[in-house]
Amino acid sequence: MTTPVLRLLDVSKSFGALRVAERLALEVLAGETHAIIGPNGAGKTSLINQISGALAPDAGRILFEDRDVTHLSMPARENLGLARSFQITQVLQRFSALENVALAAQAQAGSSFRFWRPAAAEVPLNRAAMQSLAMVELAPRAHTPAGALSHGEKRRLEIAIALAQAPKLLLLDEPMAGAGVEETRGLIGMLKGLKGRFSILLVEHDMQAVFALADRVSVLVDGRIIAAGEPQAVRANAAVRAAYLGEAA
Amino acid sequence: MRRAIRLIPDRVRDAARRPLSFDARMALAYFALIALLPLLAPSLGSGYLIVIGERAVIFAIAALSLELLIGAGGLVSFGHAAFLGVGAYAAGIAASHGLGTLSVALPAALAASAAFALATGAIAVRTHGVYFIMITLAFAQMAFFIATSLAPYGGDDGLSWPTRTTLFGRHVLKNETIFYYVSLALLIAAYVCLGRLMASRFGRVLRGLKDNETRMQALGFTPYPYRLSAYVIAGTLCGAAGFLLGNQAEFVSPAYMHWQRSGELIIMVLLGGTGTLYGPMFGALTFLLLEEVLSRLTEHWKVLLGPALVLLALFASGGIAGAVAAWRHEQGGLARMLRARSRFARRRLATGMVGPARGRWLGYPWLAHAAMPLRWVVGRARSRGQAAKGTLARLRRDLPALRQPELRNMLARWWRQ
Repeated sequence: MTTPVLRLLDVSKSFGALRVAERLALEVLAGETHAIIGPNGAGKTSLINQISGALAPDAGRILFEDRDVTHLSMPARENLGLARSFQITQVLQRFSALENVALAAQAQAGSSFRFWRPAAAEVPLNRAAMQSLAMVELAPRAHTPAGALSHGEKRRLEIAIALAQAPKLLLLDEPMAGAGVEETRGLIGMLKGLKGRFSILLVEHDMQAVFALADRVSVLVDGRIIAAGEPQAVRANAAVRAAYLGEAA
Repeated sequence: MRRAIRLIPDRVRDAARRPLSFDARMALAYFALIALLPLLAPSLGSGYLIVIGERAVIFAIAALSLELLIGAGGLVSFGHAAFLGVGAYAAGIAASHGLGTLSVALPAALAASAAFALATGAIAVRTHGVYFIMITLAFAQMAFFIATSLAPYGGDDGLSWPTRTTLFGRHVLKNETIFYYVSLALLIAAYVCLGRLMASRFGRVLRGLKDNETRMQALGFTPYPYRLSAYVIAGTLCGAAGFLLGNQAEFVSPAYMHWQRSGELIIMVLLGGTGTLYGPMFGALTFLLLEEVLSRLTEHWKVLLGPALVLLALFASGGIAGAVAAWRHEQGGLARMLRARSRFARRRLATGMVGPARGRWLGYPWLAHAAMPLRWVVGRARSRGQAAKGTLARLRRDLPALRQPELRNMLARWWRQ
């Protein structure tokens, strides 16, 4: 339970004068839901991008299951079991919801250099995809083109895709971004159902969601983690209140 | 009660229940049309019709291979004609050394075009968008100039084949009818294989990469090997078309690889309608017929072809297949519409009102039915024309803004620099 899935060792990254990560250290333990909060521009999405491989850090190392993945490409990391969702929805608009998720299952199930058999008729892929869709309560919309789904449904589809990747660590980048109050409540309920079954690194703005879901919280300000620990302890931390929760708390 | 959820999408299940998809039915209509053409040719008194048919079939294969890149892969290759030339040169050179037998010439054509695709694709596929267009064009131009400098094989003047490819030493393909149907058989095989490929795991990944590359990378797919494979498959298939083209003319010249030919292949795909497989086949046929008809009207037929293509781009974006899809969407398919109309006509007859709904068609109801598609196309063009007129009116309205002093000053400053 206490073995770390993901470890960041002194990771630094800057864009010109803007420091988005400064000797950053972070651990995500197996089975826990670890939330990262912080004000706009603190470097939260950059951090997810560095972990998933979309950005390369300037210095430091990233260990995934005790394996150095700092220099691996994004597809290579995803194949090791790192699955991410995007803050700005990235789904295949012209594919149906089922096909979107089936493609994630396909990436896990053998070679994709198969040229003859229709992929849409592969029942194992469709079954795995359906299970993921059912987990996010999107099964009735399986055959709708992803481009025609509502915003909240697309957010769920993002998560279903990540689930179908058989992840060892889920990187969720603001899963509630742009969702309304009602949708957010639904998404929190759904994520609660996933909690404990997966190791999750959650970046989120919505405080209600963070305190409802997280086992541990790290607060990121100007590329540095200024506090970490149990949600209640972090909420009480004076530095955090000053830097971030300030007026809101 | 838990609702049972279907594991196979309706579309797939319906496709399995119905013997053929719409695309396949349209393709079948095309194949039937082509297959029947030689039977008509003698009655029309022109063996030349067969030559046009052969060229249509050969360019349909080339257009299909390009559709794999453009439609499925989102890779707009502006150098696809190079593969026509590479295939034809490989077979032609083999033939000029006395190796004009099918067991050597065809594998040579396929291997040469596959090797060319692998070598150029390995670099080209790393680029995107307009850079991909430019780099494929550059490689095709390189092939073109290499061909012009092949002095032992005719150089600029091209290479005449001693004969068409032989089969076990026999000149089977010399028979125009046999050659015609062999070409058609190859086209049908290409259509079936590409159809399977598009729907396969590989095709799905390729289409996904066109839709959203970031998402596909996040799923663990590295784009490069998939795109390169598609490029090699398309190049090899186009090389086969080149093999046929060389055989048909018993000649190959650098002009086969000219960039203009590459542009024509893109036009065939877009004219027919990308995103379908039957579209590019009809596109190739339409393009060649246009070329044929216009070149009979005048020597300067390209002056006419240009505006005709501009009009088609304006009024039929989505190409032939796009127009057919719009027609199906509005009218619900030809068969259903005709059924509905004949029901309507019967009712009118029964109530004593004789004649079709709009009875100005010389009193022949079937004529009105037959003219429906034409009237629909005219109506569509008219509405597009109205839209174009609206655009022009807006432009005329907004144009005075261009004469504003600020803008004029800005332009003047820019001019002085």
